Amino acid sequence: MMNSELLKQLADRLKNLKLEKEIRVMEVCGTHTTEFFRSGVRDIFPKNLTLIDGPGCPVCVTTNGYLDRAIEIAKKHGPVLATFGDMVKVPSSYSSLNRERAEGMNVEVIYSPMNALEMAAKDPAREIVFLSVGFETTAPLEAVTVREAKKRGIGNFSILSGNKLTVPAVKALLELGEVKIDGFIIPGHVSAVIGAGAWREIPEKYGRPCVISGFEPQDLVTGSLAIVDLVRSGKNILINDYPRVVTEKGNEKAREILDEVFEPCDAEWRGIGVIPGSGLAMRPEYAAFDAEKKFPVSVPEPREHRGCRCGELLRGLILPPECGLFGKACTPEEPVGPCMVSAEGPCSAYYKYWRHT
Amino acid sequence: MKRILPGHGSGGRLMNDLINNTIRSRFGTDALQLDDAAVLDLPAGRIAFTTDTFTITPVFFPGGDIGRLAVNGTVNDLAVMGAVPRAMSCGLIIEEGFPLENLEKILDSMAREAEKAGVRIVTGDTKVVPHGKADGIFINTSGIGVFEEAPVRGEIRPGDRIIISGTIGDHGMAVMATRQNLSFAGNLRSDCAHLNHLIAAVLKEHRGDIRFMRDPTRGGVASVLNEIVSCVRVSAMLAEEDLPVTEEVRGLSEILGIEPLYSANEGKVLMVADPAAAESIVGIMRSMEHGEHAAIIGEINEEFPGKAYLATSIGGRRILPLLTEEQLPRIC
Repeated sequence: MMNSELLKQLADRLKNLKLEKEIRVMEVCGTHTTEFFRSGVRDIFPKNLTLIDGPGCPVCVTTNGYLDRAIEIAKKHGPVLATFGDMVKVPSSYSSLNRERAEGMNVEVIYSPMNALEMAAKDPAREIVFLSVGFETTAPLEAVTVREAKKRGIGNFSILSGNKLTVPAVKALLELGEVKIDGFIIPGHVSAVIGAGAWREIPEKYGRPCVISGFEPQDLVTGSLAIVDLVRSGKNILINDYPRVVTEKGNEKAREILDEVFEPCDAEWRGIGVIPGSGLAMRPEYAAFDAEKKFPVSVPEPREHRGCRCGELLRGLILPPECGLFGKACTPEEPVGPCMVSAEGPCSAYYKYWRHT
Repeated sequence: MKRILPGHGSGGRLMNDLINNTIRSRFGTDALQLDDAAVLDLPAGRIAFTTDTFTITPVFFPGGDIGRLAVNGTVNDLAVMGAVPRAMSCGLIIEEGFPLENLEKILDSMAREAEKAGVRIVTGDTKVVPHGKADGIFINTSGIGVFEEAPVRGEIRPGDRIIISGTIGDHGMAVMATRQNLSFAGNLRSDCAHLNHLIAAVLKEHRGDIRFMRDPTRGGVASVLNEIVSCVRVSAMLAEEDLPVTEEVRGLSEILGIEPLYSANEGKVLMVADPAAAESIVGIMRSMEHGEHAAIIGEINEEFPGKAYLATSIGGRRILPLLTEEQLPRIC
């Protein structure tokens, strides 16, 4: 923990920065989106420093098609859908888990994939499908769970993998070239798994400086100062500002387990489209635990919600208040898009913490 | 083990035994009246009247139980209006099969708290519902308080100080820890306590200086502040660094993702008071039982009218929104 006097001095430095030109920094991670607000660091940003929210909230980047498939699986084959709470309120193309549950669908909210596995172990007569949606941070735990299911021979457990990889998404945004990004605040938790080195091609090949940051107020203050400094001095390098957790190589053990169960695949991201090699599909050896193979369904053509700009938001093109639905037709009580549902969604964070001045 | 049977609520002999041997013996044969309604001798003038129902799970938790909660909750609701609690009722809804021993423990704790708070339990009711139709026991308490002076409610003004009588969020976190079976959270205890003596001591010196009082139960301190400023042209600012929060509560709040400011308290009073009196009010609270960690935690200003916000440790500000949904069901 940083000495609070020192932290205040650094915060004052950030607050009093004089920026001639606008500097646009993207925070990739949903936890950063929320923590920049909660710590008050976003509030002390100097004029001309803009924070753009990136595609780093797993629920937000999940397509309507994924939820449509989950619902079809439950309708046609009748398993219990086990999911994290956020997913329940997300509108699918034609419905939502919440609405289906009210109609009698078996949807259970759980806190960890292991909960879902234990549900299956306890009641072998019930099929459990876990809706597995996340990034490199949570995917290893899901891999461990699947491996455990295989080891214990729990045949009534499977997962519907919507897991995704963050580096390909950041590269895809830069390749689209439609949004001006001067630098990135890189998620600390993801980097703890994949290693700092995994991001190096962003400065080296794409010419954008990166700072890997933790989530405490002091991390956000020093991370912001560092990225501004890199952008202003034109240094295209990666700084690991979270060395107490992130190493150059990351957590090799976690990646091995991940590799054992999953393999990279092309995946569709909300708003961005299909990004090659950005998804995690289950390896053939684990096909018995892959809900997509185990419960084949034909899914109706997905549909987007009229007026919802979550896609543009996730590409960094707009900030939440620029969406015509924000706070009017779309609120946490009656969300239209996932970015208003998830605790890590940019719209939800803006709705809660943004000062309507 | 003796258990509650349907007959305990039937109006027959089993019920009479329960009332006389188990309930009346504890609440006092003088206090608890057996007629259809209790008759009270109260001074002429306005009275305060309140009711609250308690459905907490589990019924026994570190720092208290549903009985203690039921007495203190009603006492505190009267006290924060500036009334002196005098009499209360006790309505029990008990699930068939509930251990008699547990009921006795709960009633003991109600009797003990009522005595300490100086309030009499004067009337009651007992119902037994079939197995599976309730979760152990539910308790309703209604209470009557008298005013020695006018109710404490005044206009909130910029500059007024926000005061809390002790550490924030203890009850909600203690209940959550018990429910989740979190063994490392061993030191977490509910703050469940009656505040009427503490409030009376403050009112004795500062009645005219207090604009508003509330016990921040469900929804916590942040929700009460939202309520206070929701229909006036002022905002409530809390200083993050001044918030009294125990290490245990802070730790668990990070794990559960629930902020202490939104976690329930069952033995704290939040006051909005004249700035000139604030230090003295905190001094009085600290000299009283349940007030040792009282502190000034913020002030009323005009920065963001209608909103509550936090001045963070790094010098930024963030809105403390009114939550959409209840975070912790069944905590009181």
